[in-house]
Amino acid sequence: MSALVLDGLTKRYGSTVAVHGASLRIPHGQFVCLLGPSGCGKTTLLRMIAGLEEPSGGRLLIDDRDITDTPAHTREFGMVFQSLALFPHLTAGENIAYPLRIRGVSRADQRRRAEELLELVRLPGVADRPVSKLSGGQRQRVAIARALALSPKLFLLDEPLSALDAKLREAMQIELKQLQRRLGITTIVVTHDQREAMTMADLVVVMSQGRIHQAASPMEVYRQPADAFVADFIGLTNLLDGQVVQPGTVQVPGGALSLPNLPPSGRVLLSIRPEEVIVHPTSGDGSNGSLNRLPGTLSFMRDLGSSVEFRIDVAGKEIIALSRPQDRPPVEPGGALSVELPPGSCVVLPPMVAS
Amino acid sequence: MIRRAPRTFAEHSPILFPALMLVVFFVIPFSLMIAVSVFRRVPGGFYEPDFVFSNYERFLTTFFGGVMSFSLGLAGLVAAVAVGIAFPFTYRLVRLPRPNQIRWLVFLLSILSLSEVIIGFAWSTLLSRTAGITNLFVALGLMAEPQSLSPSFGALLAGLVYQAFPYTVLVLYPALARFDPYLVEAARTLGASPLRAFFTVVVPALRNTIVATTIMVFVFALGSYLLPQLLGRPQHWTLSVLITDQAIYQSNMPFAAAMAVFLVLVSLALVGLALLAGRREEVA
Amino acid sequence: MPWRKLNTVVASLIALVLSAPLMVVAGVSVNAKKSLTFPPQGFSLAWYAEVFTDPGWRGALIASLVVATLSAALAVVIAFPLAWFLWRWRAPWARAFEILGMTPFILPPVITALGFLSFWAAVGEYGSPWTVVVSHAVFFVTLPLVTLSLGFGAVDRAYVEAAATMGADDRTVLRTIVMPLVRPYVISGFAFAFVLSLNEYIVAYMVVGFTMETLPIKIFNALRYGYTPTMAAVTVLFVSLTALVFGLIAFFGDLPRLLGAWAKHD
Repeated sequence: MSALVLDGLTKRYGSTVAVHGASLRIPHGQFVCLLGPSGCGKTTLLRMIAGLEEPSGGRLLIDDRDITDTPAHTREFGMVFQSLALFPHLTAGENIAYPLRIRGVSRADQRRRAEELLELVRLPGVADRPVSKLSGGQRQRVAIARALALSPKLFLLDEPLSALDAKLREAMQIELKQLQRRLGITTIVVTHDQREAMTMADLVVVMSQGRIHQAASPMEVYRQPADAFVADFIGLTNLLDGQVVQPGTVQVPGGALSLPNLPPSGRVLLSIRPEEVIVHPTSGDGSNGSLNRLPGTLSFMRDLGSSVEFRIDVAGKEIIALSRPQDRPPVEPGGALSVELPPGSCVVLPPMVAS
Repeated sequence: MIRRAPRTFAEHSPILFPALMLVVFFVIPFSLMIAVSVFRRVPGGFYEPDFVFSNYERFLTTFFGGVMSFSLGLAGLVAAVAVGIAFPFTYRLVRLPRPNQIRWLVFLLSILSLSEVIIGFAWSTLLSRTAGITNLFVALGLMAEPQSLSPSFGALLAGLVYQAFPYTVLVLYPALARFDPYLVEAARTLGASPLRAFFTVVVPALRNTIVATTIMVFVFALGSYLLPQLLGRPQHWTLSVLITDQAIYQSNMPFAAAMAVFLVLVSLALVGLALLAGRREEVA
Repeated sequence: MPWRKLNTVVASLIALVLSAPLMVVAGVSVNAKKSLTFPPQGFSLAWYAEVFTDPGWRGALIASLVVATLSAALAVVIAFPLAWFLWRWRAPWARAFEILGMTPFILPPVITALGFLSFWAAVGEYGSPWTVVVSHAVFFVTLPLVTLSLGFGAVDRAYVEAAATMGADDRTVLRTIVMPLVRPYVISGFAFAFVLSLNEYIVAYMVVGFTMETLPIKIFNALRYGYTPTMAAVTVLFVSLTALVFGLIAFFGDLPRLLGAWAKHD
């Protein structure tokens, strides 16, 4: 059984399509990240789920109940906004108790619940402080506590950590994930930060130009990207155009590669992560067992501390390789070398469509 | 809580009361006034419905032409003087520290909202023989004996500029407050003196604001009806005074209405021009 | 820096000219004798007392305060739902009413005054005291309309959305979130309308000029019969009250923002 089902959700603004028939099944208790560059429609999709935008088409179901036309204030979802939207005229505690207050809960119970939630987000003792007196990280926690005040069925967050500095953001990502695990609440987070998505999500939904490109686990999205966009957007990758010349062999700039999973013929796109590329100090020419090696010249090299990055010119195409400092091959810029693309690391994708 | 077009009656209901009030108490009176302008006056009494243009034909007399050209000329002069003083003043005002700025704004708002009666009274006192400024000149030895400076054209002009000045500053205030000071700083770093930077950078960049403001002040000055009576002589009476005079003392509502319609058309045309000038600046 | 000095001199000069008429009026208002002389001869606050003891002046003062209070309140009651509606819903046609609300303020006041005169005469209410309240409310509706449009514009829509996701319907959002946030703008809109109504002459004169006296009408009528120091005292009281109201607006609200400058902290 699925907790939340998006069935062809579409949002049009005049002639522009912000979200294009998004379909997705989200099981109970999952942590989902909607990931994509700005303007990809991820926030619009989240807002449709929250009931803050009217879909132009499609349906939204929760536990098999159609809630497409249910107004936001009767959906009983908790949401954290990008700006946090903490009410400036209320204290931290009053903000958290707001959903209880408008339901007529007694003052004492409001207070107790607010304290309890502040405890949950590890921010006790600030209930009486005005929100303007809180730090960025504290506001973050108050906003989260407020969204959880009614123990919602669905917890929605729109770029919740974007206002925090890098260090605090990392810490909050882990904390948010732990909180979600502890509560077991179905959670959807919008983010443009792929590290954030990889850290927190059970399910990463990669979006671009209003379409869902892939919805899979972080590992799968990284290792088995569904298309060139996903491969390119998630992490750093090398993309090579290829032509299948005979079954199992593909011609790429600089040579031919033998790969499994190739289509019988036609053009393909290969994706290989820089850390999978092996650099050899000698120029291999494909003979004597040096499988899937392409000759090239080292155009640039830099030491990043935890790794060494090589930029290698292979028949006019730049290939990036990363190696651990201790495995660093003895090569110098301008020198000839060869790169090995292990068959198991090359992901075969459909060719890029000119867009 | 989606912001979309309202659909149900309940969603429309908040606008009912304001719409009703504005239609009943502004649109209808306004339309009525236009209607009255073509009604026929009943001598010694009120007016009766008709469709005549005789009220408009009176515009063609030399007396009316004289009043009209005097009103327009006076408003133009007031606008030019007020903008000429207020523009450089406001330019400095927006750069004052916030507390000083607020003090000035409170002061200007207070003067702006003063009744014309009070402004007229205050100026006539200042320009009077017994309590006026000339006593100070006599004390300083600049004058032999105190004299009355009001009523006169100069007194009227002073009163009108006094009244229009705060209005002008407040119309200019938003545009100048948003004006990018870096433009001037850039000019200064290129070696322009402050005065030169003001005239070669600020004034041209805000040319349309100045035009729009001048027109708005013109319309504002056109509306003055008490100062001409308090500080001017009968030959200084403006169209606004004439309208009041016809409506109240001569009981000639149709003629007063016709003049008012004419004044509306002139004002609306000018406000339209001002908006056009203002918009061009936003596009630029 | 000579440039800076020149600026200060010019600013002081403008301040002097702007306050000179009021200074002289303040001076003559404390004259001991009933004559128009400056500098004042002797010192007396009798003329101030007369504003409150003389039935004519006191009546005019009370009439003005009542009219200003009621008409400013009515102006806010008209402007609030309109401004809220324009902010809450996407309804371009409703802008027509906003423009309608701005028009009387931009046109020469004599036009609006004449319109009201024709209207009240036509419906047979010419001279009724309450007509001036309605007339002033419509005439000055622009002020609360402008301050409230600014006020609603300053409310982050995310607050409303956040409240909605927590279960608040339109009415609850208005009561618990929007209203507390726009309250300063309601108050300043009321105060602007109040002060302008207090000082307004021609609409009041054309509508009820023959049946009741507001203070500006009373001063003007008195001026025609010659000078009395009481009018100077009334003027000083009025100017002080006006300055006090604007001072309060500035103290409790963001005056530069109300007047159209971007807030510094935006």
